[in-house]
Formats: sequence, C-alpha cells, structure tokens
Amino acid sequence: MKTYDVIIIGAGSVGVPAAMSMAQNKLKVLVIDALASVGQGQNKKAIGGIRATHSDKGKILTALRSIEIFSTWKETHGHNIGWMQNGYSFPAYTSEGAQKLKDLMKIQKSFNLDIDWLSPEEYCEIIPGINKENLKGSTFSPKDGSASPLLAINAFYSKSLEYGARYRFREKVKTITISNDKDITVKTDKSSYCAHKVINAAGSYAKDIGKLINLDLPVEPDSHEGAITEPVQRFFGPMIVDLRPLKDPATQDSANFYFYQNNEGQVIFCLTPQHLMKGDASESTSIFLPQVAKRMVSLFPKLANLKVRRTWRGQYPMTPDGFPIVGETREFPNFINAIGMCGQGYMIGPGIGELLTRIVTCELKADDMDVLKHFNLYRNFSGAEQFK
Amino acid sequence: MTSNRIKVHPVLDVPEKENIPFYWNKTKLMAQKDEIISSALFANHIKIFGHHYKDGSAQGIFCANGQCAQCTVVANNIPVKACMTRVKKNMIVESVEGLPELPDVDETIQISDIEQISTDVLIIGGGPAGLSAAIQIEEHGVKAIIVDDKDELGGKLVLQTHKFFGSQEDSYAGMRGVDIGSMLARKVEESLNIDVWKSSTALYVFDDKKVGILKDGVYKIVTPKVILNAAGAREKFLRFKGNSLAGIYGAGAFQTLVNRDLVKPTNKLFIIGGGNVGIIAGYHALQAGIDVVGLAEALPRCGGYKVHEDKLKRLGVPIYTSHSIVAANGKESVSSVTISGIDKNFQIIEGTNKTFECDTILIAVGLESVAEFTQEAKSAGIKVFSAGDAAQIAEASSAMFNGKIAGLKVVRHFKPETKDIPQSWYEKAEILKSPPGPVKIDPVQIDPVENVDASGNKEGIFPVIHCRQKIPCNPCSTVCPEASIQMKGDPIKGLPQFNGKCKGCLKCLTICPGLAITLVDYRKSGENPTLFLPYEISNIEIKKDDDITLTDIDGNPLGVSRVLSARETKHSDKTWIVRTKVPKNIAGKVVAFTIQEKKVTKQITEKIPIDHIQDDEIVCLCERVTAGQIRYLVQQGMTDMNQIKAVSRAGMGPCGYKTCENLMKQIFNAEKIAQKDVVNNVRRPLFVEVPLGKFANGGQ
Repeated sequence: MKTYDVIIIGAGSVGVPAAMSMAQNKLKVLVIDALASVGQGQNKKAIGGIRATHSDKGKILTALRSIEIFSTWKETHGHNIGWMQNGYSFPAYTSEGAQKLKDLMKIQKSFNLDIDWLSPEEYCEIIPGINKENLKGSTFSPKDGSASPLLAINAFYSKSLEYGARYRFREKVKTITISNDKDITVKTDKSSYCAHKVINAAGSYAKDIGKLINLDLPVEPDSHEGAITEPVQRFFGPMIVDLRPLKDPATQDSANFYFYQNNEGQVIFCLTPQHLMKGDASESTSIFLPQVAKRMVSLFPKLANLKVRRTWRGQYPMTPDGFPIVGETREFPNFINAIGMCGQGYMIGPGIGELLTRIVTCELKADDMDVLKHFNLYRNFSGAEQFK
Repeated sequence: MTSNRIKVHPVLDVPEKENIPFYWNKTKLMAQKDEIISSALFANHIKIFGHHYKDGSAQGIFCANGQCAQCTVVANNIPVKACMTRVKKNMIVESVEGLPELPDVDETIQISDIEQISTDVLIIGGGPAGLSAAIQIEEHGVKAIIVDDKDELGGKLVLQTHKFFGSQEDSYAGMRGVDIGSMLARKVEESLNIDVWKSSTALYVFDDKKVGILKDGVYKIVTPKVILNAAGAREKFLRFKGNSLAGIYGAGAFQTLVNRDLVKPTNKLFIIGGGNVGIIAGYHALQAGIDVVGLAEALPRCGGYKVHEDKLKRLGVPIYTSHSIVAANGKESVSSVTISGIDKNFQIIEGTNKTFECDTILIAVGLESVAEFTQEAKSAGIKVFSAGDAAQIAEASSAMFNGKIAGLKVVRHFKPETKDIPQSWYEKAEILKSPPGPVKIDPVQIDPVENVDASGNKEGIFPVIHCRQKIPCNPCSTVCPEASIQMKGDPIKGLPQFNGKCKGCLKCLTICPGLAITLVDYRKSGENPTLFLPYEISNIEIKKDDDITLTDIDGNPLGVSRVLSARETKHSDKTWIVRTKVPKNIAGKVVAFTIQEKKVTKQITEKIPIDHIQDDEIVCLCERVTAGQIRYLVQQGMTDMNQIKAVSRAGMGPCGYKTCENLMKQIFNAEKIAQKDVVNNVRRPLFVEVPLGKFANGGQ
C-alpha cells in the first residue's frame, strides 16, 4: 500500500486549500470525502464574505493571509474566483451598539487592520438608500472583501491536482488505526489508505471523526438559513452586518444578519435565528424568509423590489467559545485537527491550510505559535467570541 | 402598422377591450387594459425584450409561465417578468440591457406579519386534474384550498380550442377543452367547501410542514393536512445551434399567447415535435390565422393521434417525419430553421438538410411532471397525493379521470367510511391514458360499410368514418341517435364502425375531435352525391361558390369542387359544415380540403452559413452555458451536477434547473457516464423568484 505523507479527511473549505498548500510543498497528500465532489458540505453554503477584522490574533493573522491568497489568486493562478475588495461594515443603530463596535475597533487597530468609524452621512454615501433613522454610524474596513466559495474551492482543487494532490470522493471513513510508532491506516467503506499524518478537516462531522480514535472533540454544528437573489447592477459596496442583539425590539426573534452584493450582482444574505437548529439539519423552514425580509427591507428599503431566487440551510460547526480548533492532539501528535471553524472556514481556510502545512513540515513561525495558542484544543473554552 | 392581435377566431370569443397607452423604450404604444406586458409587446410586433448580461444575446418570451426570467423587462423602474405582469396606463416599460438597475425607494416599506392559514387539503393546480379532484372533495364535504397561478381556473384546458377525445361519460369527449375548463371551473368556484385562490403560486413545501404561497401578490403560509399535487407538467427543451435566439419557445407558451391573450406572436411558424402537443399547437396556429411552415418529427411516425396529424396535413401543413432540427438561423431572432433527415439511430443523414423561412420555432418534444411539490411534501412528512401530468404525463381526458380518483382518495383519507374507489374507475383511467395504437391499413378494415344496391350503386345517406387508429375516443358512438355507430373491439379504444340507419343529423360529424367523419348523401344523385365536410378554421372563411381543393385522409389532392353552402349548425358548437358535390368515385375518400397554400412552406435554396464551432448550443438558457462547456467539465471527470453548477453556473439561474436538467443528462449519456454515477442537483426553495418585500409584508 502506498503511504501518503498526509491524509486529509474532508474536501471542504479547509481540506482543499490545505491539500493544495501541502502538495505545493511536495507532500504526498490524499483527501477523502464522503460526498461526490469538492465543497459539497458547508463550503457551498457559505455566502462568500472574507474579512480580517476579527477580534483575536489567531483569526486576524490567519484571515490576513487568506485575504492575500484570495485577492492575488487571479493574477497568480489565472482562475476567476470572483474576488472583490468591497469591504465590511457593521452599522450601529443604538449608542451601546456603536460603543461596542468602537471598543472592538481599538483591538483591531492594534493589529494594524484598516478599519474606521464612518458617520451616518459618510455611511449613507457608500450604502445609498440605507435607513438613516437612528443610524449612529458604522465601522468600515475597506480591505476586507468577498469571493465566490464555489469558484474558489474549485480553483484550489484544480491547483492542488496540478501540484499532485490526490482525492477519493464518495468514500466514507469508517475506521482510523493509529498508534504513535506506526503509520496511520484510514479505512473507508471502499478501501484502505496509509499515511504518516492525518488531518481532521471534516467540518460538521469533525466530532464523528474524533470518535473513531476515542477523541471527544467539542464541535457541534448549528445551522442557519441563507438566500440569494436575482442579479442586478451594483448598488452598494460593502458587506452589511447588522449585529443588533436578540433583545432589541426591532429584531424580534433573530440575532445578527448580514448581506452583500456578490461579484455576479446577486445579493446573498443569512440570518441567525433565535432558535438554532442543532446538528446536521438541512431543512428549509417557512420562518426564515419573512423573518429576514422584515429586517432587510427595514434596514435597506430598496431591497424590497429585489427578487429572491433560492434559499438553503448551512451549518456552522461551533466550538463552545466560537474560536476554531487547530493543531496536534496530545494523545496522537500525528492526528491533527482543523475543525470547529464556527462558520468561518471559508474565509480563513486558505490561511489555515498553510498553517497546517507548517505544522506537518515542522516549520512553524513565532506568530504561528501564537495563533495556535488561540486555536488550542486544550484551551479553556469559557471565553466567548464577541464578534462572530 | 396594424397590431398583431387576433381579430376573428373560429372558436374563441374576441372581446372588445379598452385600449390604453404605454411606453416601450420611449415609444408610445397601445395595449389592452389589464393585458400581460409580454402580450402587449407581441401585439406591437416586439419580440426582443432585452439582451442577456452574460453574452449580449437577445432575450424574449420562453416559458410564458413565470418560471424563468428570459422575458424580464423594466416596468416603471422595477425589473419584472413580462409574462406575469399586467400593463398599466402610461406604464414605462423598458428593455433590459445587461443587468437591470434596482430603483431607489423613498417611502418606508410597510412591514407586517404573514398570515398563517390551516386547511385540510391544499390542491396545487387548478387544471383538469386539480378541478376534477376538487369536485370530488367538494361533493364529500371535505374542506380544501385550491391554488392556481393563473387568474382563471382550468389550467391548460382553457388553451384548448379543439374538441376532446375520450368518452362523453368519463371525460366530456366532444366538448372543446376551453368549455370543459370553464365548466369545471364554475363547479369549483360555486362550491362551498373549496376556497379558490387564483393568481396564486405555491412557492415551496417547507420542511416545517408549511407551504409558502404568493396569493395574488400577498404572501401566505398555509398548513395543510394533505397536499394534492396537480401542478401539471413542464416542456422539455432541445439542444441545437441557435437555440437561444428570440422566437424559440414551447407549445405551452405559444398557446398562452394565442389562445389566452389572443395575440399573434408569429406569422410563420415551424414546429419541432409531432406528439399531440405539437400537432395541436399547429392546429391552433391555423385557427389564429398563423401560417404553419411545417412540422418535424424525429421518429418515422408522429407520436400524436393520427387524426390530429391528418387534420394538419389535410389543411396543407407538411409534416417531415424522421427529421430533426439542426439549427435555428438568424441574428437575434429566428429567420429560418434548418432540419435534416435522420436515420434510425437519430444520426443526421448528410445531404438531407432543408432550410425553411420562418420567424418562430415551437419546441414540443415532450413533457415532464412538475413533481417537486410531491417530493417536497414527502420530505416534509405531509401526506401527499398527485394527479394529472404531475403524476404521469398523459392526455387531459386522463388527467380529469385520475384527478377524480385522487380526489376520492383524499376524501377517504379524512372519511375512511366513504365508498371504495370502484375498480372500474382504475380501468377507465388506464384506458384514457393509453397511447395510440398502430394504424390500420387493411382496406377491408378501413372501408366504410356503404349501402350498396344489387347493381352496385350506392344509395341513401351515411357517414364515412376515416378513423384508422385505436385511441381512447368514442363520442361518435354515443352521439348517434340511431345507435348506428358501434365501437369494434373495445367500447372506448376500439375503431368506430357505421352499421345501421342514418338520418343525416350530422352529429357524428361535428362531435368527432379528429374531424374524421364525413357524410355522403346519394339520395338526390347516385353519380354526384352530396358530401358534408366538417371545418374548424372558419377564420379563413369558406362560402357558397368558392372552389376548394379536396384531399384524402393524408392530404393528397382529389380534385377541386364548388361549395354549395358553409355554415354552423345548431348543434355543431362552432364546427362548420361545408357542403359540396363530388363524383361518386371519390365520395368515400374525401375527408377535407386544403386551406394553406404550398407557397407558405418556402424552402431557402441558398446555403445558410452554419458555423462549425461544435457544441455552442445553449444548455442552460438562464446562465447562457453551452453544451461545450458542460461537455468539457464532464470530460474533466465531473459527475456531480452540483460541482458542474458551482463551476459553470448551469442550473443556478432563475428557472432553477427546470430547463437544463434533461439536456445535461443527455450530455452525460453521450459521454458514456452511467446514470448511477451522476449526482443530481439539489433542489431548493423557491419554485419561482419573488421580491423580498413580499415576505416582509403580509398585508395585515
């Protein structure tokens, strides 16, 4: 049996860019996925926003590298992945909301992130037609952007094949035989594979993969519905994230929601409902559209005439504190997790992919060590991400 | 320029309507009050509604049913589907060039909750199946809501101007579809237990067991205990060079424009597909005063009823069997069609290309069930029944019958004590959906029984029945007051035979949906008997002393004769009776007379340059994805349609994969990918696109 350097379980937002990075670094890599092609889990459910303006060093550094990869992809590799540097904005409609965002901005600025506070007037200039009533202003981070998850993952995939990565689709991992002195054997429902190291990049199914080697991984998916409209001419720039919390009367039974106009001219949106569906649900509900539509047209009346084309439900593989889990496991240093991306696997995936390569090749840099501290499986999960 | 409106129609009333002005790209035009925008544009000779943002190619009508977005225009600043939006006085309608612009909204948008409604039964679709089911449900006192996306119940029945097949007892045979439609609609609208929602589109059966419905522009959420899917069928599309030109659409779209909106979207029509749908569309075209250049059928014989096909041939429409479309030619819209002979493996026979002048090509190559609502209901865990084309593609007569069965099944779900569905109903349902049988060519079988005296002279008066193919149709046998027409073999599916007395009432002539019965009267002259012929294209007027070119059953000429009279009779229901005298040797052979001149079918001899870029025909019309692009991806090893969609956007457009699915599967087939290895696209809400604002305001 051929022995791979690395087997990656999961051909999704994390697994595919990781495979590309590793293959580029001359590692023999095999990716196994239960589904029929790349990105058929949660990647295709992502709306495509990519930002570095997070609140912790781990995600900020990883996302900054991701943005570099996304934004230079076309000139480096030639594929159009729909990258647009359209920025992110978090408008505030209450003084408390504004204050919270401004406090976070201090942390973000300390990482030299390009983010500023726009007055209501300035904000209305970049989002013509946004509801001005009670608008207190907005953050704006012009370096953030978006790209098509569908095109991006297929671009990473095609590049990874070029570098020599191998894929096995429609194979479900059944057992993992692991010890610290031998290569690891991964058995699927169709075949057996052998590798020095295994990376768990199974997204919503990360916990199930952990169980195969008696590892209890704190990843539980919950799910959100999203939708896409018909395409129209560009009428606003940045991603709009409305962070108003549940208790705000204006938001009724949902928390944050966000939307932007993608490279095709279509508006994509997603909402966090009060009652989250747990597990790997993909159900469509009658609640979503009225719930999100009310908030969207109140915030941005112009959207009322835009036709909704399709809706779907996607999962956020959540960790207790909202930060990912990346790194080797104590029991089996050759079993590496890259899981619990909390709905941000797409935007930080390319950065995580390179980080994983450096873990495998033992070339971690000082910053990497800091990042991995944030993403440590053995951390105290009692903290909470402020700025999901 | 005169408007492209139908001014006389042999079957349909043409009501006088108020004219209102509207603007098309700054030009002032006239529409009829409340007219659908696309029809108002067609009436004004406009068939290009804009240009696609991807490749700048022209777009026009395609589904005429709100399912795709090919007909998008900007009406009073808002991008809308022209086929679903009514024109208003002074409305400013503009073509969409590239992506439309979303207008500014100054006023605050009204926001309110969406009404939640519970019902025992939700019937999706008010066509023949849905209405027949509703009548059963009503009769047994079960409560239901019936939704239909049109503003008139009846589904495709209201577009059918021809008399129906089947039997009088089971499916109103001999009545015109449009009349059956309004009769069934009236019954349902008068019912106490059925809530009729017109202009209402079911958008999805959500997994929380609720159905989203846009009811006349207001969004409602319905919780049904049972769903009956009677949503009908959609038409299949074809791959051929130039298949995205304006002026190519389905027969359903055509019938909507012609028979519902009474506009003439074309002057010269070519039809692809010789099933009943294509043949009947050709007949409807003639009734609308549209020239039918020809009809091509890939098989050696038309799949539709022979009597339908014969009607078309006799009127002068050439039918090219074993022919397939090769290309639609034209710059932005169709100016000609190229067809070619094909062998039994459907491969093109070199050198058999023929190109004909035409401005519109109808694609009538088969239907597929709108099965989504059934699947969605099942996955949501709602009890679901289906009927009509949504269950299985068949004739409307069969849809009415199995709708009745489905209706009773629904009743029994709520009232199990209700009578069992009689076995005979299932048998009838089978009969009504049976395909046409082989054509009888044995002359002994087909020659009519004629009254012949001892010296061989014919005498008396009797019908001649030119019905040579077993189809489920028997009204001639039930209408004869003398009971002189019997069905041979099977009471519905057999061939009718005359045997007995005839008093010349003409009822069999006028009820026959195939116009396949004539009457010969030898009583005044044995040498030159009087011949009575049925005629349904009375928009082309035939009057006393006109000369007509008689034809046999297949449209072959049998000479010219003079019309003695031409008129409707008391019982003929808009079918005219044309009376003439013919020599006795052809009296039993004449079936009809030609109305369309040969010059209508104008073959273009100069070579039409067909470029040789292979595979540039469109598979996904919405996103303008070509067969070549799909084939390339398949050859790269992609067998997951979801991945092909991700990379190419095929199936990602407004129609939601309804048109390209079959065409993509053909490419997998051609590339020798086994069906089991192909992963189907995932279907998701919504069934049609709906403005976001509709979900924010329930009008409460």
